[in-house]
Amino acid sequence: MIVRDMHKSILPKRDQNVKAVIECKGVGIDFGGLCAVNDFNILIKKEEICGLIGPNGAGKTTVFNLLTKVYTPTRGVMYLNDKNTKSMNSIEANQSGIARTFQNIRLFKNMTVIENVLVGLHNEENCGIFESIFRLSKYWRSEDLLKKRAMELLSIFGMTNVADHISSSLSYGSQRRLEIIRALATRPSILLLDEPAAGMNSSETVELMENIKKIRDSFGIAILLIEHDMNLVMGVCETIGVLNYGVLIAKGTPREIQNNPVVVEAYLGKAKE
Amino acid sequence: MKNNLSMPVRYVINILSIIFFLVLGNFLLKIGLFGRAQVSTIIQSGIYIILAVSLNIVVGYLGHIPLGQAGFMAIGGYAAAFFWKSGILGGELAFIIGIIIAGISSGLFGFLISMPAFRLNGDYFAIITLAFSEIIRSVLINFPKVTGGAQGLKRIPKYSNFFCVYSIVIIVCTLIHLIMKSKHGRAILSTREDEIASKSCGVNIRRYKIFAFTISAFFTGIAGAVYATNQGIIAPSEYGFMKSVDVLVMVVLGGMGSMIGSITAAAFLASLPLFLQSVMKSFNNYRMIVYSFILIIIMVFKPSGLFGNYDFSFSAILERIINRLFVSKNEKVHENL
Amino acid sequence: MHRFNWLLIFSQFINGLQLGSIYALISLGYSMVYGIIMLLNFAHGDIIMVGGYIALISILNRFGPFISVFFAISGCAVISVLIERLAYRPLRKASKTSLLITAIGVSIFLQNLAQLIFSANGRPFPASSILKNNKMRFGKINVNSVTIITILISIISMLLLVILVHKTKLGKAMRAVSEDLESGQLMGINIDKVISFTFILGSSLAGIASIMFCCQYPLVNPTMGYMIGMKAFIAAVLGGIGSIPGAVVGGFTIGFVEIFVSAIGFSAWIDVAVFAVLIIVLLIRPFGILGRRLTEKV
Repeated sequence: MIVRDMHKSILPKRDQNVKAVIECKGVGIDFGGLCAVNDFNILIKKEEICGLIGPNGAGKTTVFNLLTKVYTPTRGVMYLNDKNTKSMNSIEANQSGIARTFQNIRLFKNMTVIENVLVGLHNEENCGIFESIFRLSKYWRSEDLLKKRAMELLSIFGMTNVADHISSSLSYGSQRRLEIIRALATRPSILLLDEPAAGMNSSETVELMENIKKIRDSFGIAILLIEHDMNLVMGVCETIGVLNYGVLIAKGTPREIQNNPVVVEAYLGKAKE
Repeated sequence: MKNNLSMPVRYVINILSIIFFLVLGNFLLKIGLFGRAQVSTIIQSGIYIILAVSLNIVVGYLGHIPLGQAGFMAIGGYAAAFFWKSGILGGELAFIIGIIIAGISSGLFGFLISMPAFRLNGDYFAIITLAFSEIIRSVLINFPKVTGGAQGLKRIPKYSNFFCVYSIVIIVCTLIHLIMKSKHGRAILSTREDEIASKSCGVNIRRYKIFAFTISAFFTGIAGAVYATNQGIIAPSEYGFMKSVDVLVMVVLGGMGSMIGSITAAAFLASLPLFLQSVMKSFNNYRMIVYSFILIIIMVFKPSGLFGNYDFSFSAILERIINRLFVSKNEKVHENL
Repeated sequence: MHRFNWLLIFSQFINGLQLGSIYALISLGYSMVYGIIMLLNFAHGDIIMVGGYIALISILNRFGPFISVFFAISGCAVISVLIERLAYRPLRKASKTSLLITAIGVSIFLQNLAQLIFSANGRPFPASSILKNNKMRFGKINVNSVTIITILISIISMLLLVILVHKTKLGKAMRAVSEDLESGQLMGINIDKVISFTFILGSSLAGIASIMFCCQYPLVNPTMGYMIGMKAFIAAVLGGIGSIPGAVVGGFTIGFVEIFVSAIGFSAWIDVAVFAVLIIVLLIRPFGILGRRLTEKV
């Protein structure tokens, strides 16, 4: 369905020759007295698929919120495409190449499917307010371009036929897919997926695995995902990090993680036998 | 999508129907079909339509409740009245320049107020806009040398008639429509739907909030100017909380986020006293009680208002008719985005 | 002025305390309700007007001062519970926007109903039949007895409230619900009962404040609640909405600001000053002086 490298040519310039898409050094955040994430170090290279696993409440979503600057970290430094994100807000973080989906789907519910994608494409075309109000030729050109691009993106998941539906009327799985498309529309260099397979059946999950790889290949972007479905994580990720109580307790390839006693303990508790 | 009307055709249809409406309305009034009370109600309705559609930008599209619209009306009214009373210009040109001055001064205030106000959300936003409008009113009362104090301004030249009021109505509605159906409009709507998701899409939501509030203030100021010239007298006491609520009721009744809803509700509520006058003389005493009931009942039973967020498009309806008549039945009509 | 007039300053301070304690009593009602159901209870100000009219009518019908005050306070409580039942309860799951609009609707309804029944003109309040206003002298300082009684009663009511909220089971439930309504419900707290209790507490305080206010400014009219309510709400926001000590701090702040502005000869600008204080404080601390920052969960 996706032609390889179809989308690569249009990636913004910023993505060329960076050392790491994301690099965190000793990042941590406290909520009141509670230390939600502490001393979090990670390095994600270009076009890498990385998984983040851990028990409930381990701080995985908090890590996402830190990366996208929904929360400001109390400690540590984060680099996004070699740029320090210290002074960025979440809008600037997105513009410098990070896009995400949410655990509890956050679509623009009363807007149509294509409008959702068009909001994702917001920074794509620079058409001012004046040009829009008076419908100058620039408006028509940019609007046509945006719609074409939106349809192209929707075609990744074969959703062009529902483009005019209200997004809340979609099935759960389609809503998750639409959220991914909307995130991709912002031309990220890394895509964060927060439990993309939640609520999907096994055949849908297999399809999702395929799609995650396809997205990586055709867009040439890195992907960081949080997931509880171990088949998906082990099947698709090249590296995996394990979080427990806000601390990264293990890092490595799927095989290393599977055989790591610390990880097994975190998930299942200490062996009694 | 071959059975869609192309955009230029849509525009031509819309422009023609607007001209037809204005000319017909003017003609009907000229031949004296309506009495004086009716004409003044029609003009009053026009003013309330402008107020309602411009409040709808913030309430319906942006999802915030400002309670200070009366303040912007006051600024627009006073600014235009100063200009008109100064007598620098006369005639039609003075009217046009007056309302532009009103719009700009009110929009400027809106811009200044929105910067601090949007640091707050929800109820805090409502209360801070109310606070600003009360400040505006106090200032108007406390500088009697300039503003006429509590007595207000009298003998404002009268420019309002059906044609010019409804031309403004149409221009304002069209401008709002054009803004909302562009990428900027989508950005405003996305802010209403989900601020965090909107930020994660790289939309500068603060800028769009300020933008939406400013244009809302701009158009409200224009309505305030038309209101002032229509009344001939303005005083600070008119621009209280109740005036803001008056308009809010219209937007809520029509359905937050629906322009056609705001228009219908504004026209209906503004002409209600005329219809009910014959039934009961003292409707004005009950008016606010009825309004408050409308607010509560709608919120309890149908929070989306009469029209939900349905928006009316004349050309879309025409398109549907054409499709039904000429194109094979089962093809789906693609609404224009 | 070469020399500070300390006597004048002291008597103004007392006046500030009096006005501030009235505002504090009212703003407690706003703050508690907001803390529990996140509703800006616009109608709370109009409860004061209701209290004023009930007291007025009871006195005119020759009920004694105690019974009149009792009627006023319980009348406020009953009406606010009714409002909660009929208007707010059906909307508990609705959006905050809907709740706010409903509250505005209720406020307008009460104002205009009062206008219909009692006419828009104000009526003199027979303050002397509730509280005789005697001049009291402390050394060189003249103080009205009403002022002293207002301050004392307010402080007593606030202390009672604190005891109620911290020492009783219902108070504990209230605090739990204001932390998290849903988990409170899961712990077996009867939400309806807690919310009604909150409304009763808040409006009783408003009833007391209403009597105090009418004794000081003996005039009742249908829209009297609008401005007082508005300022008390500002006080609640200023102190940090949802926080009981915050409401008290905010109330006294507003009271002192008003007295100060009128003392330096700008009484026409009182409202502007209050609003300006609100705007400034909110810009510096968007969650109020003693409030906590609420963050949306992602």
